[in-house]
Amino acid sequence: MNGSAKPWSKFWLYGIASAICYGVLFMHLNDKDAIRPFTRTDGLYPLLPVAAAFVFSFFHGGFTGYFWDVVGIQAKSAKPVSKDETEGSED
Amino acid sequence: MENVLIDLTWQNVGFLLIVGFIGGLVSGFIGSGGAFVLTPGMMSMGVPGLVAVASNICHKFPKALVGAMKRAKYGQVDIKLGLVMSATAALGMWWGAGIQQEIKASYGEAGSNLFVSMAFVIVLTIVGGFVLRDAVKIYRSGTTGAHDEEVSRLAKWIQSIEIPGTMMAFKVAKVRVSLLFILPLGFATGLLASTIAVGGFVGVPGMMYVLGAPSLVASATELVIAFVMGLGGTIKFAIGGYVDIRLAMIILLASLFGIQLGAIGTTFVKPYMIKVVMASIMLIVAVSRALVVPVYLAQLGKMGLEAGTGELLKNLSFGMMVLALAVGAFIIIGAMVRGHREHAAVA
Repeated sequence: MNGSAKPWSKFWLYGIASAICYGVLFMHLNDKDAIRPFTRTDGLYPLLPVAAAFVFSFFHGGFTGYFWDVVGIQAKSAKPVSKDETEGSED
Repeated sequence: MENVLIDLTWQNVGFLLIVGFIGGLVSGFIGSGGAFVLTPGMMSMGVPGLVAVASNICHKFPKALVGAMKRAKYGQVDIKLGLVMSATAALGMWWGAGIQQEIKASYGEAGSNLFVSMAFVIVLTIVGGFVLRDAVKIYRSGTTGAHDEEVSRLAKWIQSIEIPGTMMAFKVAKVRVSLLFILPLGFATGLLASTIAVGGFVGVPGMMYVLGAPSLVASATELVIAFVMGLGGTIKFAIGGYVDIRLAMIILLASLFGIQLGAIGTTFVKPYMIKVVMASIMLIVAVSRALVVPVYLAQLGKMGLEAGTGELLKNLSFGMMVLALAVGAFIIIGAMVRGHREHAAVA
């Protein structure tokens, strides 16, 4: 990944989607009427917080991943961990 | 449930963001962490205990999912091992929840708190001490720079036992072991998760020292277990109406930055650092929980304690938990910076 072009378009795409999610949340931070459906126990309402968590994590997870990419903090290598080497160097 | 939603101030939001980020960083690195500070932290804001636990779990499963996906890109996640461990961990959680309910019914809130604190102290002292001993051994042997890890004698013995019809091979962990050894390990992980909310403190060392998985794979695979158990726990608490989605998503806002950074950090540091961070956090948390044992003993009428002293011990205990997380984050960032410099020097 090092040295490759920075993923600015994905950063902005996921960033805007994440900002919309959190913008809505903070606009209703203490609006109990808006938040109350997430604590309802009837019907399919209990799935609402689970669904919200998946939606937030999809957009914000993408954004935070691209954030570290564009600021230049990237993984050293994506080489899988090898335990063959481990077993060969035990002594 | 009107009473579960408290009014949130910007100070509350700031606290959740800071602890969320540090907890995420530690989770991304060692596979778990943060819950032990977030839950009491939320309760100190006035959030009811069950809502604090539920909201914490609701932030945990999406965080673990993002962390697991990130570390899977680095080839560190053994999904099969994670799913097998999760299945048995679910049984352990279910059994542990039953024990908790029985203790609460017999000895009340103080008895339950005493049980949880004693579980913290005993398990974290033994397991944390063992991990620290291993880290010190590696340090003294002068092999801290090695990317290789020595497989424990216990793991070698367990891997050598062939029980027909029960053998399972795990490609990423490069381990072939009987399911009969994985079952109790997963069960213990779930049992601990239901008792102290951080099953990874048994799951990760267990995968390393009992099964013989490399520490990078063990800590990454723990994120799969955390996701499965977190998702199940969230559904259970949501059915009761206890999840405050605002708290969960605010923590998630910062913790996803942290978990991505912690996951990146694992590619820069030596595997030995996972053990150093884990042992440091576990042992400081053990001291933190030991400090409140006299408070609960006094509440049960087993010893005398002045009210002021009790408050002091509780505050000291919370401060130690924050310190545990801060020390973990400090070691991780220091190791990342050193690893980055070494990498840059070689390149």
